[in-house]
Amino acid sequence: MKENPQMIRLTYREAVREAIREALRKDDRVFLMGEDVGRYGGCFAVSKGLLQEFGPERIRDTPLSESAFVGAGIGAAMGGMRPIVEIMTVNFSLLAADQILNNAATILHMSGGQFNIPLVIRMATGGGRQVAAQHSHSLEGWYAHIPGIKVLTPATLEDARGMLWTALEDPDPVLIFENSNLYNMEGQLPADAGPVDIDRARVRRPGSDVTIITYSASLFKALDAAEILAREGIDAEVIDLRTLRPLDQETFLASVTKTHRAVIVDEGWRSGSISAEIAARIMEGAFYELDAPVERICSVEVPMPYAKHLEQAALPQTETIVTTIKRMMHS
Amino acid sequence: MTEAQIKETIFKVLGRIAPEAQLDKLALNDNLRETLDIDSFDYLQFLIGLNEELGVEIPEADYGQLTTLADLIRYLSARVR
Amino acid sequence: MAEFRMPSLGADMKAGTLVAWRVKPGDRVKRGDIIAEVETEKGLVEVEVFEEGVVDQIFVQSGEKVPVGTVLAMIRPEGMPAASAPPEVPQAAVKEHVPAEAGPEVKPGLEVSHLPGQPPERRIRVSPLARKLAAELGIDLSTVQGTGPMGAIERADVERAAAKRLAEKAPTPSVSEKPVPPTMEKPAATEFQIGMRRAIAAAMSRSNREIPHYYLETRIDMSRALRWLEAENQRRSIKERLLPAVLLIKAVARALGEVPELNGYWIDDRLQPQEAIHIGFAISLRQGGLVVPAIHHVDLKSLDELMEALRDLITRVRAGRLRSSEMTDATITVTNLGDLGVEKVFGVIYPPQVALVGFGKITEQPWAENGMIGIRPVLTATLAADHRATDGHQGGRFLEALNRYLQEAAKL
Repeated sequence: MKENPQMIRLTYREAVREAIREALRKDDRVFLMGEDVGRYGGCFAVSKGLLQEFGPERIRDTPLSESAFVGAGIGAAMGGMRPIVEIMTVNFSLLAADQILNNAATILHMSGGQFNIPLVIRMATGGGRQVAAQHSHSLEGWYAHIPGIKVLTPATLEDARGMLWTALEDPDPVLIFENSNLYNMEGQLPADAGPVDIDRARVRRPGSDVTIITYSASLFKALDAAEILAREGIDAEVIDLRTLRPLDQETFLASVTKTHRAVIVDEGWRSGSISAEIAARIMEGAFYELDAPVERICSVEVPMPYAKHLEQAALPQTETIVTTIKRMMHS
Repeated sequence: MTEAQIKETIFKVLGRIAPEAQLDKLALNDNLRETLDIDSFDYLQFLIGLNEELGVEIPEADYGQLTTLADLIRYLSARVR
Repeated sequence: MAEFRMPSLGADMKAGTLVAWRVKPGDRVKRGDIIAEVETEKGLVEVEVFEEGVVDQIFVQSGEKVPVGTVLAMIRPEGMPAASAPPEVPQAAVKEHVPAEAGPEVKPGLEVSHLPGQPPERRIRVSPLARKLAAELGIDLSTVQGTGPMGAIERADVERAAAKRLAEKAPTPSVSEKPVPPTMEKPAATEFQIGMRRAIAAAMSRSNREIPHYYLETRIDMSRALRWLEAENQRRSIKERLLPAVLLIKAVARALGEVPELNGYWIDDRLQPQEAIHIGFAISLRQGGLVVPAIHHVDLKSLDELMEALRDLITRVRAGRLRSSEMTDATITVTNLGDLGVEKVFGVIYPPQVALVGFGKITEQPWAENGMIGIRPVLTATLAADHRATDGHQGGRFLEALNRYLQEAAKL
């Protein structure tokens, strides 16, 4: 408990905005760039009001060309700036995949260590809002495949507020994935909330019977499931990965060593996913601690449906987590 | 047979029935079954053991008289040939 | 080698019960043959095979319910050596060191995968943790009963097996043996107690976590039974005397004959009543803890045989010489705490059993009958039962039957 817990009530969206505002104030090398971030206030309204406060030099609307403005961000970072580039959704980031993978992630290596790329790219991810297949996929696990970048997935208000500054201080490219379902989530945060670490997973709920490993919006489904299971006498530990690259395997291996059972909840597709990576690491690092096969709950392998009932059926749900774990515990 | 010999026989049989019991803690007037945690099966085995060693047949009706070590020694002394 | 799996016989089918096999290992099958019968929610279905070959191994026995997709059997191409040597094939006895089903066209080189002289074993499913634990504790996995999916051995199963082994080796030096110095004995007993405590903890925690217990109790007038026993014992020499507990155990077995649902196991989400009545009789150890060895076929034993069995069992418990079948076979548990003056027992069921019968002390109590009050020796019998398996109605019928049998001890 802090001495002076002056708490404020805010949304995840406002927490991200506060983080950007703080960065713009603290460091004049920081600027925000992306489609509709200025006059429109961001397509998820994250940057609303920032153009008025900081001016068009630092809140820059860009043309509709992800490759061009991510490339510009890389150049600015090489030139000594600290750009925050916003991409509307992860689906559209594929138009800048060449810039991210072939340039941002590799230049330090290919320049023989001469050029760091202190670039931060923010983008929305996740399904569940009925915006169909071209806006709703969860590809953060894909980016976690790439050496040379960091992949952050803030789920809590604290992380939404605190991860950005730490990412900006990192000398290398950092991608921040904000699940669009979280923007309206409301909660309390200390008024003086500040930067947080970006390299450790967190145990969000301690438990002894089974470990649920998850990240981003699925965290809250996992916590709900844990509450339901607790009423039936099953004590689930819930781990929020927070960062998909580098993976903090120490935390989840320690947990699995304690509980001997693991379930991974991942909004990405199952095949070749971050959940597959985590399952493999458990096999490598805690095989002899397992009392049951590792289970995965992922999105159904279809392009995200538009129809609400189909979309909900395609996503991991609390109920699936509960039934899967009950089956594992044979109760 | 002296009382000392009878007591020795009782301890021998008890040692067989309840090897973990600490017989040296048993005082003459202690309740035998309670002190040594002897259940009804062990008690029956105990009486069978005494019957084998001393040839005394103890009818069920007399069980009530045999609460302590002192009771047993008295009872058996009167009946051993 | 082809896998023959539980088919999906409708989109909503999640599991099916294998009712019967129409084939046995070694049988030849061809495409379209009906080889099994499966019960689904929609009825009995005859299941065809789509491979040609020879039935190699059967993994799921009739009566088992398994999820769709579970491998039921393996079909090997004709001519391929058997992965298992089915004992019912007579040739096996003749060619001891050759896989029994080897067809004539098999080249010797193909047999290299099998260790000569060692019939290939069916692989045991064991979780990695259970395997590690078994190695640490020195438990032979082939002796462990798995309770996980498809019979997989999990941590709890190994812990149970370890506890049983500990119970079998209860340290009780016989009189003829050299006395162990007291300083040596203490830690051994402590280690034993810790192991047993842990096993009891595992079983009882699982019981309270998984089993929705319901409890029933009834008071039983024991005057007739005790009068009969007294008269009986008067005629007997001390070695032939019966204890009241024998009557109780026998009466439980007789009552189970009327309510067989209480005699069995809850496994795989269903009650599996057992035909044989093996009563686990809780015997507490003076050094702490308890063991619950089974008295086999109680319903088929006379009171004298039962007394002898009990005497033998208790002697061996005290001497630490229980048999493994006695540790695993019990189909129900009886706890008799009457010796301690306890009036009522509220039992915790020993999983996967579905019931526990508890007896308290027989005490003299006022008893009203036919409008008269008298003093009678009264026994309180309780039933703790698994509500997944049975309901209070069945439990009530059991206690009613128990009472009835105890009123006619001579007929037990």
